[in-house]
Parts: sequence; C-alpha cells; structure tokens
Amino acid sequence: MTTLTVNRKKHDVDADPSTPLLWVLRDLLHLTGTKFGCGMAQCGACTVHLDGEAVRSCVTPLSRAEGKEITTIEGLSSDNSHPLQVAWIEQDVPQCGYCQSGQIMSAAVLLREKPNPTDEDIDMGMSGNICRCGTYQRIRCAIHRAAELAGAGAKGGAK
Amino acid sequence: MLTNSKPHEHLAMKTNRNLIPTAAAFSAIAIAGYAFHLQGQDAPAAKKQDAAASKAAFKEVYKVLMHPRCLNCHPNGDAPLQGDDSHPHIQNVKAGPEGKGVFAMKCTNCHQEHNLPGANMPPGNEVWHLPKPEMPLVFEGKSPKQLAAQIKDPKQNGGKTLEQLFHHVAEDKLVLWGWNPGDGRTLPPLSHEEFTKQMRIWIDNGAEVPD
Repeated sequence: MTTLTVNRKKHDVDADPSTPLLWVLRDLLHLTGTKFGCGMAQCGACTVHLDGEAVRSCVTPLSRAEGKEITTIEGLSSDNSHPLQVAWIEQDVPQCGYCQSGQIMSAAVLLREKPNPTDEDIDMGMSGNICRCGTYQRIRCAIHRAAELAGAGAKGGAK
Repeated sequence: MLTNSKPHEHLAMKTNRNLIPTAAAFSAIAIAGYAFHLQGQDAPAAKKQDAAASKAAFKEVYKVLMHPRCLNCHPNGDAPLQGDDSHPHIQNVKAGPEGKGVFAMKCTNCHQEHNLPGANMPPGNEVWHLPKPEMPLVFEGKSPKQLAAQIKDPKQNGGKTLEQLFHHVAEDKLVLWGWNPGDGRTLPPLSHEEFTKQMRIWIDNGAEVPD
C-alpha cells in the first residue's frame, strides 16, 4: 500500500511501486483530467505537478511520488478560478481539448517561475507539450493574459 | 624496481606456507621495510615519463569522450544532444542556469533515477544534468589537442586537479552511466576499465597535449 497526497487529499493505493503515476491517478483514483498521450514522455499530455514540478506522469513511477505533493488539473483550483483557467476560457483555447490539461499544468510552472514571460520564455517552457490541433497561438495568448490577470490580482491584493 | 619488490614477494610466499619461525618472519619484515624505504628514495627516478605514451593514451581517451554517450551532454551550446547522430534534444530542451532545464522543461520531469526499459524511453540516473553555463565543459567540435588542453586546465575543467579528474572519470555516477545507457543506445568504443587505464597512462606520463 502506498500513501499518496493528491490535490491536498491523502489516498492509500494498492499498486506496484513501478506503476506509472498516470495510471494510479486515472484508473485507481478516477482523476481522468490527466491524459495518456504517448507513454514515453514525449508529448506532455500527462503532465501533473510533483512537489510543484511539471513531471510526465506516464513515466514517473508511483514510488517516486510517495510522500510528495501531487497536483492534477482537478486540483489547480476548486472553482476554475486559477488565472490560467480563466484566461483559457476567455481565449477559447482548446479545439479537441485532449492536450489542454497538460498544457495548463506546464504553463502554471512557467508563470510561477516567470510571472511575466516573454514569447521566448513561453517557447522554452511550453515546447514539451504538443497540441495536435495546433492551438499554439491561442495558448501563447492565454499565457500572456493569465500573467496579466495574476498581476492584476497581486496588485489588487496589495492595496 | 624488480629487485626492491623481491623481499616482499619472498615474505608473502614464506608466510603463506608457514615454513619459517616467527623470528625469521620478523627479520623478513624488516628487510621488506628497508626495501620499501629504498624504493621510496628511488621513486623520482622510477617515474620517468613517456610523452609519446601519454599522447597515444589520450588518443584512446578522446575516442570515448567524443562518443555520443559522453559528448551528448557536453554540447557546444545550451541544448543537450540526443542519439548516435548527436542531434539537438527534441522539445527545445535548454540547459538553463543550473544545467537542469527550465520552467516546465526540467531534466527530471522526464528523466527518472534509472533508465526506463524499452527503445526511445527516457534514460536516467540519480544525478542527470548538464554542465552549468559558467563551466560549459564543451567536448563537441574539439580536436584531441583542444580537448586535452581543456580537460587538464582547472580553469576550464571545474577546478579539478589531474587526480580529481581521474577520480571523476573513474567513479562519477553520470560518467559510469555511459556504460549502462539503457536499451537501444550504443556503448563507447572502449570498456570503462580500458578507458580509465588509458586515462591513467595519459596522466602518469605528464598529461601531454597531443600535437
């Protein structure tokens, strides 16, 4: 039995320690917002946060996740109020939507480390997440918009 | 050298067989000790260095350093390389300020503490990283002369003495990964044992820079 903390909640899961975290999240905990794309860390669809880093859950063994904080797209906010979620809806980013939870989880790390990213920063931070529909321009716009929203929120909070 | 070592060999043979009394054994130890004392005095003359042997050994070392398992993480630029054709790492991966990637593209987001089984699966070990930008340790594109001069220079090799450099290639976990690279990856042309042997010859004969 392995104890995992997912979206601030503890779960005991019965799985082999080598099981990819993705399948524990999807099949055992039924958190299906995180997607399977390639199974070899090449597309980014399975991106979740492990102690705040955007790991590829399809190649991350369950044993690595024990004792760490896991955040999935379901836990980014409780009410879709994260600046990225607001911006994603506002910019109408998804087409088919399959890659988008991974895109948003990667973008969240980018914005945490670079609150006002340039286009070059976005290229560096997001190039591990592939979108087969080619929504890259809208993803870029939405990240810039989320940075604005987060900045405005921070200024508002400081008043 | 050979003469000096004989008392020691003699002692080992005799004591192993338990053929001599204890007093004689002590005498033998005393003789051996004196022999080692003499050997120590002779040491500078015994360490005559062979520049040609040193240069020849570095040519062997160079074959390993320029193999993709070593070179791919010593690129000329800020992106790691991949594959036996040493192409830039897909996904626009960058070394970043610590040599560990940037933002959502950090090395350990995909690379685990061990190789994952299967072709084209991410390799890994406990200390997966690139050189830091301030000490880039570039191998790519270097001639034997340039690379030898670089790796023996503490200002360009991370502040290492030659002995520390030897220790690095002999024991560093990421260096050793080159001989355990996971499924579908070719090995360097020399075994690790032969590589360290040639490195030893290069260093012990003056760490000569090839012409």
